[in-house]
Amino acid sequence: MSVGPVEFDLARDLFPLAAGVLAALGCGLLGNFLVLRRLSLMGDAISHSVLPGLVIAFLVTSSRGSLAMFIGATVAGLATVVLVEAVKRLGRVESGAAMGVVFSVLFALGVLLIEVASARGVDLDADCVLHGQLETLVWFSAPDHLSDVALGDLLRAVPQEVTTLGIMVVVVLAFLGLFFKELRIAAFDPALSTTQGFHAGIMHYALMVLVAFATVASFEAVGSILVIAMLICPASTARLLTDRLRTQVWLSAAIAVLTASGGYIAAAAVPGIWGKEEVNAAGSMSVFAGLLLAIAVVFSSRHGVVVRRLRQRRLARAVVREDLLATLYRASESGRPGTAITTLSEGRAPRLVRAAMRVSERRGDVRVADGRVVLTDRGRRVAKALIRRHRLWEHYLVDEAGLPPDHVHGTAELLEHLETLPPEGPQVDPHGREIPGDG
Amino acid sequence: MKRRTKASAAAGSGQSNLAELPEHSSDSPLSIHAMTVAYDKKPVLWDVDYDAPRNRLIAIVGPNGAGKSTLIKACLGLVSRASGEVEFWGENYREVRSRIGYVPQRESVDWDFPVSALDVVCMGRYRRIGWCRPVSKRHRQVSLECLERVGMRDYANRQISQLSGGQQQRVFLARALAQEAELYFMDEPFAGVDAATERAIVEVLRELKSRGKTVIVVHHDLQTVPEYFDDVILLNMRVVASGPVEDVFTRDNLHKTYGGRLTLLSEAAEAVARAASGRK
Repeated sequence: MSVGPVEFDLARDLFPLAAGVLAALGCGLLGNFLVLRRLSLMGDAISHSVLPGLVIAFLVTSSRGSLAMFIGATVAGLATVVLVEAVKRLGRVESGAAMGVVFSVLFALGVLLIEVASARGVDLDADCVLHGQLETLVWFSAPDHLSDVALGDLLRAVPQEVTTLGIMVVVVLAFLGLFFKELRIAAFDPALSTTQGFHAGIMHYALMVLVAFATVASFEAVGSILVIAMLICPASTARLLTDRLRTQVWLSAAIAVLTASGGYIAAAAVPGIWGKEEVNAAGSMSVFAGLLLAIAVVFSSRHGVVVRRLRQRRLARAVVREDLLATLYRASESGRPGTAITTLSEGRAPRLVRAAMRVSERRGDVRVADGRVVLTDRGRRVAKALIRRHRLWEHYLVDEAGLPPDHVHGTAELLEHLETLPPEGPQVDPHGREIPGDG
Repeated sequence: MKRRTKASAAAGSGQSNLAELPEHSSDSPLSIHAMTVAYDKKPVLWDVDYDAPRNRLIAIVGPNGAGKSTLIKACLGLVSRASGEVEFWGENYREVRSRIGYVPQRESVDWDFPVSALDVVCMGRYRRIGWCRPVSKRHRQVSLECLERVGMRDYANRQISQLSGGQQQRVFLARALAQEAELYFMDEPFAGVDAATERAIVEVLRELKSRGKTVIVVHHDLQTVPEYFDDVILLNMRVVASGPVEDVFTRDNLHKTYGGRLTLLSEAAEAVARAASGRK
């Protein structure tokens, strides 16, 4: 393929794309509950430990028939779930460690078994489990144009991997649709869930069976790397974008579909920019999933790095502004109504002070004339309320918390900026200064 | 005399029905008989016998590690019992689930979970809603009213991580109210809450009592026991004493429960003195 727009070739692209999207959708949906229950690693564990299941199924049946493979992999997946629970309970380790132990041992067992098998002159490849074989899902007799496709031909041509994935997605959708409420309560509050008759342990196993099913259905086509990425990334990305579980589930589905199709296109298009051959589509999808997550981490409007930084900056500026008004108020209390800007800048970043002065002047809190700053009536009201909070907090800290009077200024300096108001108090603070009235 | 005969008949048939044992009655919302709970062979609760009186506010107090939370969890089947029986109104827990409400410890859940305060309260209705059915408008309405009763209606759509500890506790309380149970178990509802929440919880407790409910609360503040509760269970692996606060909440019993730890004891002595000098 050359540089330029990527052409959609029915024969080459339809089924790999469909398989990618379906696998991403099913895993992405289930991932929500894994991420919420801090069990993200479970997908990793299951998708690695299916290997010995595959090899044993092969050794027993001596065929690479898909049904035998499927059964072997499913049994291995479920065994992982049970083993993880057992290791957690008997070994008294946290679930991450239990999953790590189980899947590394099982995967290693699979590799050993492959060596035994290949000694008998058979070829089975561990790489295949990791990367999948999306590119082999070619529709050889495909017509040239999408409009020429007859439904009957299409249905006959659908590879068995894609059919399996389709069934998996339907089962996952039905499971989440029917048991959404039960999954939510079991994930949030297992104790309450169990006392209400929705046994949290049973819900956990049901979810794990589904994860095992989705993993096994997906990895043959897309490989376990993509399965792991899809179990974790879309749900984590969606979690950053919303605070409602239902919205999160829908978003994760959309993100999964976007990831799979975007990743597929990128696999063909991006290397073309450097005139390279196209890359592994499943790998490209996984990278794409990580990329979307990174974008969400940086730019999410709720939890994003950028928004948090902006919020912190706004808060810091508001605090400086309030402190300046308070300084001016204190100065006027001691009979010096105007204060030089240079005095205000002492001990503070000059840039912040100048910015604060600009905003305060624009708001009509202060007037600046001849390098001297004076509080307006409006500014005086704001400052008075602040000083009142400060001195009430000082009183509280001395009277209720038992701190010595010369230790409370710093703490009150922080507390005065909070929304939480100090309790009412006397008219004089611990240092003998007047606490201004309310309003 | 008659009950005695019944009891021996029950014992003879090998079938234990607590209501027929002389020391238990089917009127009691909660009867515990000879219950032992062990974690890894180390007993946490040992041979606990208790009958809860109806329509009372009951505190479970005892030192750390006395098995207070375990007592509740064992009654609700959340931890397994090594031996003993528990009955509610003379029946098995499974038969009466919907008549029993539970407020777990606040730390037992993940408050970053993507649900709103209202969503959490609605969870109290799930038993009534049943399997596979969505939360209907009617249940949502009831849940809103429960939030109102704990003064949290304005926060219904807040994500729960945006609430303060006290507000989270009140959401839990609203969820218990939404369960519309007759017997409530609450695990340390007063732990780490602000004064306003403490008042709100006490108000709810009194309201529940006035509606004829029974509430069993794991409590850690000895000073407020006489003020807030009618009955008390003094627990330290075994039930040291149980009954009405004025009879049981004595210096002597507290000494037995806390094993002579002085700071706690002086605190308790103060409470006892206050309780003795005319309560209510």
